[in-house]
Amino acid sequence: MADLIPNVTLDNSGLACPMPIIKTKKAVDGMKVGEILKMIATDPGSVSDVQAWVDKTGHELIKHEQEGDKYIFYIRKAK
Amino acid sequence: MAEEKKRLAIICIHGSLDVAFAAFVLATAGAAMEMETAVYFAFYGLEVLKKGKIDKLKVSPLANPAMPVKIPNIVAMLPGMTAAATSMMKSWMKKAKVASLGELMEMAKELGVRLIACQMSMDVMGIKKEELIEGVEIGGAATFLEFASHNAITLTF
Repeated sequence: MADLIPNVTLDNSGLACPMPIIKTKKAVDGMKVGEILKMIATDPGSVSDVQAWVDKTGHELIKHEQEGDKYIFYIRKAK
Repeated sequence: MAEEKKRLAIICIHGSLDVAFAAFVLATAGAAMEMETAVYFAFYGLEVLKKGKIDKLKVSPLANPAMPVKIPNIVAMLPGMTAAATSMMKSWMKKAKVASLGELMEMAKELGVRLIACQMSMDVMGIKKEELIEGVEIGGAATFLEFASHNAITLTF
């Protein structure tokens, strides 16, 4: 897969539940349909929370990776 | 017909730090998941909505055997122990980098969470509307139940 170019990057490092998904929701609200958000979190719970969040809201989790203690998510705004 | 939006209906009848915190974590998460969310505050829960109270709520060590630091009841009953337990709890929360209750309350308002104060509890506890923060709705059991009767998950704290 070619490198994803995010339109917006949001760093939620150091924030605990539920802040990563609240800030993700606010960031995605401010984006246009089709744009990609790169969200970085250090909360291990964010792995299942981001998946649950996209399942519920209908946005798309394109890719998810881990670098050291950071969890990186690429989310496409779907609607 | 468009699908009815999922709702999250929360009842909070306690005014202690830990309980209110749990209620606000779920309320803000629900709103972030695009659920229409309302929190109905009754009895001691009204303390949460009083002006200037949100960051002054306390946690009691008395009859609380699950505190991470075990405090015997005979010690927990002494003056100052509630304040001590509260400041311990706040320091653990800070260390875990969780948001403060005040921050969660602000987030809840920004995300459009409805905060409803129970009129009957206000009458019982002698609380006037002017004592409550801005943006609180006042309603009764029917207000809450009507909201909760549409496609809602209900949680009680």
